Amino acid sequence: MSTQHDVRHYPGAGLVTWAFFLWLYAPIAVVIWFSFNENRLVSVWSGFSTKWYAAALENDALLGALRTSLTVAVTATVVATLVALSAAMVLTRHADLKFRRLSETVVNLPLLLPEIVIAVASLILFSQIGFTNGLARLIVAHSAFCTPFAFLPIRARLAGMSADYEEAAQDLYAAPFTAFRRVTFPLILPGVFAGAMLAFVISMDDFITSNMLNTGGTTTLPVYIFSLIKKGTTPELNAISTLLILASLIIATLALAISARAMRRG
Amino acid sequence: MRGFRFWGLVPAWGLMVATLMVPLVIVALVSVAERGAYGGFAWAFTLEPYKEILFSEDWDGNLVFDPKYLAIIGRTLALAAATTAICMALALPVAYVIATRTPRMKAALIYLVTLPFWVSMIVRVYAWLIILGNDGVVGRAWAALGGEGTLLFTSGAMLVGMVYSYIPLMVLPVFAAIEKLDPALLEAGADLYASRWTTARRVILPLTWPGLAAGAILVFVPALGTVLEPMLLGGGKQMMMGTLIQSQFGGARNWPFGAAVALVLMAMVVLVLIANARRAMRKEARA
Repeated sequence: MSTQHDVRHYPGAGLVTWAFFLWLYAPIAVVIWFSFNENRLVSVWSGFSTKWYAAALENDALLGALRTSLTVAVTATVVATLVALSAAMVLTRHADLKFRRLSETVVNLPLLLPEIVIAVASLILFSQIGFTNGLARLIVAHSAFCTPFAFLPIRARLAGMSADYEEAAQDLYAAPFTAFRRVTFPLILPGVFAGAMLAFVISMDDFITSNMLNTGGTTTLPVYIFSLIKKGTTPELNAISTLLILASLIIATLALAISARAMRRG
Repeated sequence: MRGFRFWGLVPAWGLMVATLMVPLVIVALVSVAERGAYGGFAWAFTLEPYKEILFSEDWDGNLVFDPKYLAIIGRTLALAAATTAICMALALPVAYVIATRTPRMKAALIYLVTLPFWVSMIVRVYAWLIILGNDGVVGRAWAALGGEGTLLFTSGAMLVGMVYSYIPLMVLPVFAAIEKLDPALLEAGADLYASRWTTARRVILPLTWPGLAAGAILVFVPALGTVLEPMLLGGGKQMMMGTLIQSQFGGARNWPFGAAVALVLMAMVVLVLIANARRAMRKEARA
């Protein structure tokens, strides 16, 4: 059947799709391309150079921001993953649970509410109760909005896994926690891993909350990038952005690949 | 294991109550408080912050109707609606083409649609700042075509940034709906002498509608609260509700007013979510 007579073929749709993917990746490509620009003006190309990467790696403010981001992201990821794992265990294994739907909505609440409102609300609460430790403020806030991103892959993995394994372990007199540690946890590990990585990326990339709660001493990488943008665009800014893009893409790709593989096996 | 049924959910509830629900209650309380002399606020009960959204004081201290904040709310609604509409129009052909590929190709293309979503929002918006700027690719093309002024700091620039930020959230549900479509229905349409476009309008579109509706919620809700696009691409002059709220806790420092605007935004989001939940419930009742 030629495409002219194929009822499923729509002339023009293929072209729109190609243009769409071009448009989706062109901005990212532009940022990466100009990070190798030798010129001080970001979008005036004058030759290839990696000097902006060298400059970025010697920039103490940048490295400080990176350290803050990593501290917050790693801690928030651990907290969010543990909270999500515990909630997912209960929500997938007890169909008759009271308030099951409500609890599930509560876990996913950060996805439903506008981040700016939550950020402002946290700022007011934290300043009212005298919670002033900048790093701790960020960790608490990030843990909350990372939880649904850790929760969804873990729940998907648990839902795709039969409860028979745990029951078999318990029939063999394994204590509940032993059954979890030796049977359930190894089986859902891909989901836990994927969830943790997505939570990590979301925390590393966050701007709105980190900016609102920033006390000066706790500038995260995206907040630092924002302050650079305000000062004017430079190729060094592109080099920093490129590093952040690559880190996000690699970790997200790993997470998606792991959860896709786990789904196929399950 | 019985105890775990309760204790397993405690961390999640505790975290969300402490970081979302309690703070939201406090925002509601601050939105009826008085403005502090040196920033911040003083506990009170007054509707002054809400009145400020609609009225301002003139030279004699009289309250006069002032639409400047209403204009910001209107712009927010208009841009969020336009973003949703453009995302729908783009997602339909793209999701359709993806859904009609081989399984391998489908997985690869869906992965490519999702990927930019994981790149930091600030970097994605910054990219458009470079492209649309006077030295940028699009900025220069605009000048070469005889376009006047800069493309940046306009509603159009914000709209491009918003569509770019939120499009994956539309393509995914629309793709899921189209994928479920039975190709035999398209053939039936053709057999009954319907043209491709009639089949698209009368068969594909109605059957894809649930996906479009789901995508509309996923795009419209975050678009209402968007901050970075108006801040960077709108240049601070073209305010939206997100930037208005943020500015009240930064330079301008009127916390009660900021809290009142935040609650109005929350109310708008909750209304959309309730409307959506009711639609889903009606559908469930019919099925």
